[in-house]
Amino acid sequence: MSKWVDICNLDEILPNMGRCALFEDQQVAIFRVIKAGKELLYAINNYCPFSEANVLSRGIIGSLADKVVIASPIYKQHFDLTNGLCVEDESVSLKTYEVRLEGNTVQLAG
Amino acid sequence: MSKRSNLVVIGNGPVGHSFLESLVESGNSGNYNIIVFGEEPRPAYDRVHLTHWFKTRDAADINMVEEGFYQANDITLYTSDKITDIDRSRKVVTSQSGQEISYDKIILATGSFPFVPPVPGHKRDNVFVYRTIEDLEEITAAAQTGKVGTVIGGGLLGLEAAKALKDLELETHVVEFAPRLMAVQVDDGGGNMLRKKITDLGVSVHTQKNTQNISDGDNAFHKMSFADGEVLETDIIVFSAGIRPRDELARSSDLKLGERGGIVINNNCLTSDADIYAIGEVALWDNKIYGLIAPGNAMAQAACDHLTGAGTSEFAGADMSTKLKLMGVDVASIGDAHGNTPNSRSYTYVNDREEVYKKIVVSSDDKYLLGAVLIGDASEYGTLLQYMLNKMELPAEPEGLILPQTDGKSAGLGVDALPDTAQLCSCMNVTKADVVNAVEAGAVNIGDIKTVTKAATGCGGCSALVTQVLNSELEKLGVEVNTDLCEHFSYTRQDLLNIIRVEQIKSFEDLIAKHGSGLGCDICKPTVGSLLASCWNDYILKKPLHALQDTNDYFMGNMQKDGTYSIVPRIPGGEITPDKLIVLGEVAKKYNLYTKITGGQRVDLFGARSEQLPLIWQILVDAGFETGHAYGKSLRTVKSCVGSTWCRYGVQDSMEMAILLENRYKGLRSPHKLKMAVSGCTRECAEAQSKDVGIIATENGWNMYVCGNGGMKPRHADLFASDLDDVTLIRYIDRFYMFYVRTADRLQRTSVWMDNMEGGLDYLKSVIIDDKLSVCEELEKEMSGIVNTYQCEWKTTLKDPERMARFSHFVNSDKQDENVVFIQEREQIRPRNKTESIEVVTID
Repeated sequence: MSKWVDICNLDEILPNMGRCALFEDQQVAIFRVIKAGKELLYAINNYCPFSEANVLSRGIIGSLADKVVIASPIYKQHFDLTNGLCVEDESVSLKTYEVRLEGNTVQLAG
Repeated sequence: MSKRSNLVVIGNGPVGHSFLESLVESGNSGNYNIIVFGEEPRPAYDRVHLTHWFKTRDAADINMVEEGFYQANDITLYTSDKITDIDRSRKVVTSQSGQEISYDKIILATGSFPFVPPVPGHKRDNVFVYRTIEDLEEITAAAQTGKVGTVIGGGLLGLEAAKALKDLELETHVVEFAPRLMAVQVDDGGGNMLRKKITDLGVSVHTQKNTQNISDGDNAFHKMSFADGEVLETDIIVFSAGIRPRDELARSSDLKLGERGGIVINNNCLTSDADIYAIGEVALWDNKIYGLIAPGNAMAQAACDHLTGAGTSEFAGADMSTKLKLMGVDVASIGDAHGNTPNSRSYTYVNDREEVYKKIVVSSDDKYLLGAVLIGDASEYGTLLQYMLNKMELPAEPEGLILPQTDGKSAGLGVDALPDTAQLCSCMNVTKADVVNAVEAGAVNIGDIKTVTKAATGCGGCSALVTQVLNSELEKLGVEVNTDLCEHFSYTRQDLLNIIRVEQIKSFEDLIAKHGSGLGCDICKPTVGSLLASCWNDYILKKPLHALQDTNDYFMGNMQKDGTYSIVPRIPGGEITPDKLIVLGEVAKKYNLYTKITGGQRVDLFGARSEQLPLIWQILVDAGFETGHAYGKSLRTVKSCVGSTWCRYGVQDSMEMAILLENRYKGLRSPHKLKMAVSGCTRECAEAQSKDVGIIATENGWNMYVCGNGGMKPRHADLFASDLDDVTLIRYIDRFYMFYVRTADRLQRTSVWMDNMEGGLDYLKSVIIDDKLSVCEELEKEMSGIVNTYQCEWKTTLKDPERMARFSHFVNSDKQDENVVFIQEREQIRPRNKTESIEVVTID
């Protein structure tokens, strides 16, 4: 059973934006996506392996075909937010995290 | 390895240079010691565009030689030194400076000299010819004191010279022996129309005038007396009465000459000596001298092919059809313009209101085009020329080719009907097949075609035709030229701008719901963000616009490779007080920022963590700084010299103008970044000609240059308008920028925008200066809306605690990003590199 940890209030993450959270000594990028009027939350590692910098939370959220993706702000590779796979290079993938909204609180689990 | 043979090229004009280029391109230049002699003080320049020199008085503008061309290809060039003797028995040439060089082969490209008829008085002061930059310099100097200028000779070059005199603000006359202007290329009707148009422009035309004597004038420097008893007083005379081949070297070394001069050549451009070639205007082929650039280039290629064996082209005569703009008047002549072919038929269209004259000459059975004359509107030139060159059958009623089309469709041939061998660009000898091949190799726009084939880079007369071939080929290849912005919008950037404007759309969510699909992406979101800013100029972090911004715009800094940001405060015109400079130093010191002076005359501070940005900006804003938009697709800097305030050469206050312009256009969101510069005199210390908009001060105001670029693909800016006053200058820049914002593609710099613009500079002028599209009022209104709603984004942000909270690295901790580590180097910080990286703690 994963243990859920409180991270922040939902309104600390703006709609269609990401924020970086410190979770179990790791940097986790949490994204708040509004799709067809629904609130969706995703969480992947914040570290971009191409630029070797902790920047993914500052990328632009979008969709490619039916995937919801984040574009790295440095060299613009896309990562699938549901499974962490890099769209341009499937040999690269990022760790994903469980994330949920409990009341108005965003929570992460490993 | 065999010894390299000595190849001496005599003459460094356009054709001589064309030969060198052909030789280098053939890959055989390494087989020769290439030694070039030119009598002029500078390397080859583009004589065809000599009048361009008057725009800037800068020989570099018409230079034909790519930088480093001679060194890179191991070519020795002697300028200001001409060959005075060819000793064919010893195979040695001697130069004026006394050099003796033995040769294996010679290329004679000595060109021609302007013919000056031996009229009494032709050697007086202030009598000139029109051939070299030195001639132009002398004419310019003489124009300082003169009021009236006269050209003797109303041919093509004579009218060019007349334009130059007009531009020097002289009262201008053209004196022609024949009954009409351009007697060789144009028939009577065309000549009349041309005369009318040129007279309208303020040039007095005197035909059927035989100059018999030039003597002292009563009210001017000279008095010209004509055979009919009339006289004309003038201060300056320019002879343009035809050319004569510079064949004196051939004469003294006994090469075979024509009866009236010119070195006789065969189809390989060989003279009567098998080791000596002659090309260009000095050469006589089939008893004809060719005084145009295209045949000269063809001869250069033929000589190169024969010399190296690398190709098989021969010179087989050339079509003398020509199209040009004389003082803004379109003039074109094709083939048998006079209808001299027995039994030929002519069709003529004359429109006195528009001052247009068009004539075609066709075969007796109406099937083939033999010639044409077009005055005032030469838009059919390309089509007509192809009909003639390729002997293509004409449509049933050939007069339709020159009659105005009331249904808006253009008459004549589709480009698909052209054979592959059809020559589209005669200046650069580019065939349809060359363009087709370029498209197959991946060229997708006219800019690519120009780079790959050089088509439309000479006189440019063929660009419309080349574009048609390009589009037709793209279509055939099934390369659907997909101009969709991205998978979420089936529209171009320009389409989206129109939609946003017409439907008054204020948000991305609204736009994608009505006209797109999906969630958007990192291409369409920032583009739409920029469009919304260009249209409505809202604060870029206003909800929900914030989610459209690239991280640079969102954090209002430039993200560097390690995830930190750099900070560039605005320093308009590069002018800064010592106090402000101290503030920058203090901030950099306090936050340990790497500090560098930029090329745009400001200061860049690197290595700021996101959470430090608001703290740093608070200090900067308190000290009176504003954001510099170094992160945005928007105006960066207006570079400037100090101008007339301090500089002894300055003619205008470039500093004040630069500050005014930078404050006017700061914050304007555009398809790509924009750079400007203002130079206080023609020395151009601010490098304005490498900017999107460059301003150079003149005695009378400002010259405006557009669409220059440094960077990856440098482009010299084009002179757009001259001697503007402050108000007109700003009006033109307003219009120019808004037109660019409206019509350019995403991430398209003004230079590429211009290269792809159909009609090029002339079209842009017609839109911005003549208001051809009737949009200028709107463009100005839009710009004034942008200017009036400017706000410093950092100032606005600092006032809002909620927004300030977003700058912390972690949403749930005050800790810093441990992966950002600096190393000391040259007494400042820099990011650590990969080999210095220790294990990264955040990765599994």
